Amino acid sequence: MDWTAIALSVRLAAVVSAILLVIGVPIAYWLTFSSSRWRFVCESVVALPLVLPPTVLGFYVLLALGSRSPIGRVWMAWTGRGLAFSFEALVIASILYSLPFAVQPIAASFAQIDRTLLEASATLGVARLQTFVRVVMPLSVDGLLAGIVLTFAHTIGEFGVVLMVGGNLPGVTRTVSISIYDDVQSFNFAAAHQTALLLLIVSFTALTVVYGLMRKPWAVAPLS
Amino acid sequence: MTLGVRVRKRLSRLFRLDVAFDVDSGVTIVFGESGSGKTTLLRCVAGLAAPDDGRIAVGERVLYDAGNGVNIVSSQRRVGFVFQHLALFPHLTAAQNIAYGLSRLPKAERRERTTAIATSFHIAHLLDRRPAEISGGERQRVGLARALVTDPAILLLDEPLSALDHATRSRIIADLREWNDAHRIPILYVTHSQREAFALGERVLLLREGAIVADGSPDAVLNAPSHDGVALLAGFENLLDAEVVDRRPDAGVMVARLAATTVDLETPLASSGVGARIRVAVRAGDILVAAERPRGLSARNVIAGSIVALTRQGATVHVQVDVGGVPIEVHVTPTSSELLGLGPGRDVWLVIKTHSCHPVSAV
Repeated sequence: MDWTAIALSVRLAAVVSAILLVIGVPIAYWLTFSSSRWRFVCESVVALPLVLPPTVLGFYVLLALGSRSPIGRVWMAWTGRGLAFSFEALVIASILYSLPFAVQPIAASFAQIDRTLLEASATLGVARLQTFVRVVMPLSVDGLLAGIVLTFAHTIGEFGVVLMVGGNLPGVTRTVSISIYDDVQSFNFAAAHQTALLLLIVSFTALTVVYGLMRKPWAVAPLS
Repeated sequence: MTLGVRVRKRLSRLFRLDVAFDVDSGVTIVFGESGSGKTTLLRCVAGLAAPDDGRIAVGERVLYDAGNGVNIVSSQRRVGFVFQHLALFPHLTAAQNIAYGLSRLPKAERRERTTAIATSFHIAHLLDRRPAEISGGERQRVGLARALVTDPAILLLDEPLSALDHATRSRIIADLREWNDAHRIPILYVTHSQREAFALGERVLLLREGAIVADGSPDAVLNAPSHDGVALLAGFENLLDAEVVDRRPDAGVMVARLAATTVDLETPLASSGVGARIRVAVRAGDILVAAERPRGLSARNVIAGSIVALTRQGATVHVQVDVGGVPIEVHVTPTSSELLGLGPGRDVWLVIKTHSCHPVSAV
């Protein structure tokens, strides 16, 4: 089994889940509670990775991060190395690719909160940010959990975007799914079997735990 | 302290809220049918909805002034709001709900105030339970306690008791009245229940289609013949002139003697002193008829009378009973009427629960 690839995938998924939790919550909050008439545009952008082929997304991310792009040049000046085909590039691409899987369940659970609870909080003298911490967050635990689990599982399993942006460098960008693809290409079916089975078990266990905890049908779904 | 409200708000092409009034400390009932703009009015005062124009002030403190662009956010208005559907925080215990608005206070004081108000609203025994684990009436008490514990400058109640049974309602009204006697702040109490209007209100604003069409004592407004339908809405067939002859504040009751009779009725305690002339409102359907003098009843009012006339209207028999010269209307079912053998001239006993007698100030 390719333990290096497994470790890399887990690290990538953990980093992406953590970052998406931080940026996904404010996006979900805005999408749920904003009355801006441009909200639908933001909704479309967030949901784009659900319908866009991973190769298309990967292609644009690669262009944006390449050594001739502004971002790539700033990165080069700052760190002394290229951004494309690096672990950081994988993180950036995966954040974009998994955005709807984090934002949508969180936004859905925010939307289920009775608005009068927020009004009650306001009339009790509690300002908006505090209301968010004391009412919205505790009542959205299942949505937050669903967002994290989905993001984690989705990032572990991604293939197309990783291949476009990261390539196939062992220990740097060679994730589990690419490792499986390589094994199959080189007729090493035994190794592919082992890694694939591990991935299957991990995914199944994660979902079982979440569904079991939430006792609610389809608690984890990209569009709930 | 005076609450001054001038609010204009267009809600649809046809419907506009346009009201102006000042209220002093004490309970002012905002009465009207659903869709008359009652809730919108409260929401504007609380800052949960923005008026198109107007001015809202508590004493010297301006909460909203369209002219000067003043619009204080809800959380800074010091307005207590009790919602129709309560809006208790489901993830917090009763104690945490009550203490929610006290987070700026030190922990010890927070606990002290929570316990004190829970005791006065009879919910001290369920402080560690969540809203889902207590009854509707208890939940309502938690909702009231949560709003009142923050020492609001004004209190707004949006049909707070509409989901409760009559007995629970009366008990909560008694508690609320007691609180109102101790803390005099302006209270706007929205309802479309005549019982609540009579039981709590010192003044009634009658709202119809976004405008105030009557303003005065509950008795004057809800029985004023000039407002057709209002008297009917009030739904009390019996409005009996009486005089307060005794008050028992510890029992929460008083005794009123029907005018020109020796008949005494026990009613819930009202602010009227001994000797005050009041009216007692009783619904015809809240009175029981007994063919013989009943014994061992919890109802405190058992009075003798004789039947003057019977008329059947639909599924109800309207019985006119003479009680020492005072006519009282009683509604019974045709079956009861037959079984009891009711007829003109027949002597009967009327049984009325204390809380079915609503003392109303006489005009």
